[in-house]
Amino acid sequence: MKSLAEFALDVGKHEGASYVDVRIINQKYQHIQTKDLTVAEFNQGTSAGLGVRVIAGGGWGFASTQKLTKAAVAKAVKEAVKVARASATCLAEPVKLAPEPAYVAEWVSPHLVDPFTISTEEKLALLFDCAKVMLAVKGVTLAGGSLSFIHEVKYFASSEGSRIKQTSIRSGIGIEANATDDHDRQRRSWPNSFGGQYELAGWEIIHRWPIKQHAQRIAEEAVQLLTAPSMPKGKKDIILTGSQLGLQIHESCGHPSELDRALGWEINFAGFSFLTPEKLGNLQYGSPLVNLVADATEPTGLGSFGFDDEGVRGRRTYLVKNGMFSGYLSSRDTAHLIGLQSSGGAMRAESYAYAPIIRMTNISLLPGNAGSLEDLIKDTKDGYLFDINKSWSIDGRRYNFQFSCEAAWEIKDGKLGRMFKNPSYSGITPEFWNSLDAICGPQEYVNWGVPNCGKGQPMQTMWTGHGAAPARFRNVQVGIATSDAETPNEGADVKEAGHDH
Amino acid sequence: MITENKAKQIIDSAIRYARRQVDGIEVILHGSNIATSRFANNGMTQNQAPTTETVAVRVLLNGRQARLNGDDLGEKAVRALIDNAIIAVQLLEKDEELQPLIKPKGRKAKAVSRFDRKTAKLSAQDRADQVRKVIDVANAKNLIASGVYASGQMYSAIGNSAGHFVYHCETSAECSITMTAPDSSGWVKAQSVKASEIDVQELAERAAAKALLSANPQEVDPGKYTVILEPAAALDMIGQLWYSFAGTNHADKLSCLLGKLGQKVFGDNITFFDDVAHKDGSGEPFDGEGLPRQSLTLVEDGVVKNFVYGRRSAAQLKCACTGHGLAEPSAMGDYPSNFVMKGGDASVEEMVKSTARGILVTRVWYVREVDPTTMLITGLTQDGTFLIENGAIKCGIKNMRFNVSVIEMLNSVLALSPEARTSGEEVNPAVMPALKVTGFNFTERTLY
Repeated sequence: MKSLAEFALDVGKHEGASYVDVRIINQKYQHIQTKDLTVAEFNQGTSAGLGVRVIAGGGWGFASTQKLTKAAVAKAVKEAVKVARASATCLAEPVKLAPEPAYVAEWVSPHLVDPFTISTEEKLALLFDCAKVMLAVKGVTLAGGSLSFIHEVKYFASSEGSRIKQTSIRSGIGIEANATDDHDRQRRSWPNSFGGQYELAGWEIIHRWPIKQHAQRIAEEAVQLLTAPSMPKGKKDIILTGSQLGLQIHESCGHPSELDRALGWEINFAGFSFLTPEKLGNLQYGSPLVNLVADATEPTGLGSFGFDDEGVRGRRTYLVKNGMFSGYLSSRDTAHLIGLQSSGGAMRAESYAYAPIIRMTNISLLPGNAGSLEDLIKDTKDGYLFDINKSWSIDGRRYNFQFSCEAAWEIKDGKLGRMFKNPSYSGITPEFWNSLDAICGPQEYVNWGVPNCGKGQPMQTMWTGHGAAPARFRNVQVGIATSDAETPNEGADVKEAGHDH
Repeated sequence: MITENKAKQIIDSAIRYARRQVDGIEVILHGSNIATSRFANNGMTQNQAPTTETVAVRVLLNGRQARLNGDDLGEKAVRALIDNAIIAVQLLEKDEELQPLIKPKGRKAKAVSRFDRKTAKLSAQDRADQVRKVIDVANAKNLIASGVYASGQMYSAIGNSAGHFVYHCETSAECSITMTAPDSSGWVKAQSVKASEIDVQELAERAAAKALLSANPQEVDPGKYTVILEPAAALDMIGQLWYSFAGTNHADKLSCLLGKLGQKVFGDNITFFDDVAHKDGSGEPFDGEGLPRQSLTLVEDGVVKNFVYGRRSAAQLKCACTGHGLAEPSAMGDYPSNFVMKGGDASVEEMVKSTARGILVTRVWYVREVDPTTMLITGLTQDGTFLIENGAIKCGIKNMRFNVSVIEMLNSVLALSPEARTSGEEVNPAVMPALKVTGFNFTERTLY
């Protein structure tokens, strides 16, 4: 691995590149998905290859190969240099890298049990036990479960002298119960939807998230949702449980604070950002209770690492401090464009076959002092509790969002009441975060993993984490996600656009 | 990229090695060298030329199956993959619905030619020259250009120990452009198997015109409107419906079309096909097991006529397989991947002329399913949204969020344009018309 990386660096320099970095990645993965008492998906395999990134003539070039021979690597490096020289014919300005020390280091993600040492029978037994419990509930029409594991060894070498080896283990676990009748389809999941909870952890994740203990409850709730009322439209105080708040952070804080978006680099596909550089230090993004950090060092966070994919050491920085927009996720080639002295350490690539781009690490809302979720519900006179994501959408600048959850409960005078199906809430990002008035304490804080964040062209998926404790937002629009518009505005007047947020 | 002969050699070698150890083996090879040149702020920002190849082996033993994947196509590595698959398959539960490997008899897929030598040979400098054209248009009009130009080829090969073998290689060229002005933007996208069919200059001019025409956007109240959806907008909305035609989605009792076969679900003017042989289509003519993909009418004059099935969902539902399965085993199961919507004879210009008051939508953004029962979806307009008054575009407007049932929308179509190859950003390219619909439900505004 090391000698091939050195060879690639030498070829790159010989071809005239002014900068070269190489990532050699060995990965093994296993994804098991069950439907009822059958194995619906068993996706297991290995992946190994080399990606090389160069600067030549002031432009970026990238190429990759899965053939780890000197001949194939030399071909890839030469192609990368050729690509960089083609880039140089279309530059707005030459690439400039923020300085970063050269590191010689080895990093291993914290884990107790390597999930690849656990037998497939034991994994299937866990999922099938849950399925049996869910299918025993009358009305459940499909019981699903999934387990995912990735073991990755990554070696990074750069022409500036860094030589870094990192080993990471990531695990995911989840179950879901579906109920269908002639008129409706409803679902409940645990601990999260779309595959469950993902962490930078090993097999010990199954003890942190005891899925079997929750199988019966979610099955019963899925069936109850079929006859539950829909949420009426209106403005209400709402409490978001941790996993939904994690996704809210991901979409409305994490993505807009990516500096490549704010500079317009991703506008063609992933989108732009309302957090443009002139707002840095000048925009009251949220209420004074809102403190959001980008932290690549959280122990079990899915977005944690020792060093990013251009060799920048993982770090913790504030994106929002006491409500004020105060920082970006950045890279070595974007830092100087807004006057930063160094990268924020957020460059990552899905695999050896992709060039790194700015990605979220763990973007987390620091816990508050509102106690437990039970305490926060007791403190709420009239509102809703929203639980577990079902649908999400946000505009190209990350202003207007709409989220739907699997279920919500009415809160009246500090007590939970009726359950509602198809609950939704919507708003404008800075208005929403400025309406936050309570965050539960550290005892409710969980780092929620998002294993499938999409960005870039061609699109790459990435692992990100979002620490959150349940929080309350005042006077939020709810229940608007319906095809039935009750406000017949056909033919409404056109207004002059007069304000700029 | 490896040739058909080389692919067959690799697959045959794997089958020879495994044959005596298992009841059956299937080998799938995939490869791609699509290179993508990305630009923003009128300059190249990222430029990638990756090469990827993967091998998957599926072994069948004693009523069980396991599929393992790797990306080393060398003989030693493939043999190691088979050894591990044989260990894995013995640890799995018996699969009561496991189908035997398909045999070659009568399984020949209709040949489709989707390879263009010139496109396959485009270099990094060729792509940069196309990007330069876009930047020049932007500079000339004082706009900011962002986007991609991508080109290359990809292949698939499937072979099994029952003697079946298929191979397909095709090229792809793609260009998408976003032109931005201080308070407006315009977007275009095109994809084809032939780079020569993508007129980058014309695309850049069209995106620029959209950006300039939508400058100084006005604010419109949310509510129900008559809306003209350009083909890319129609594609990214209607594409949310496609999986509802998949047999597995019915076996799982999740489809919004559950129990609707033979029923009138959509308007009289709605007809859908899944047609792998369409002249403007793309993709291999066989499914994940190598079965020929059948061309089917999914909806005719609003009536649901057919769903698509792989062998597993076909057996579960006691239907005939249509050759739409994904590689086994798959939780998703099957999918109609060659979608065609029959168009009409109205042009977008004629639709605008016949509209007293309405909204023209260039594209939609971040479209997601909200309610699978009614196929309620949400999303926003983006990059060229216009108010129409008295048969003409009056002005650009700020973007709005919609919540629309696709089923209701397809019962409210007033006019369709002729269908054409269309690319969006939410689903695979397809053959789509532009649509004029009534009662389109905008629920909220955004701020730009």
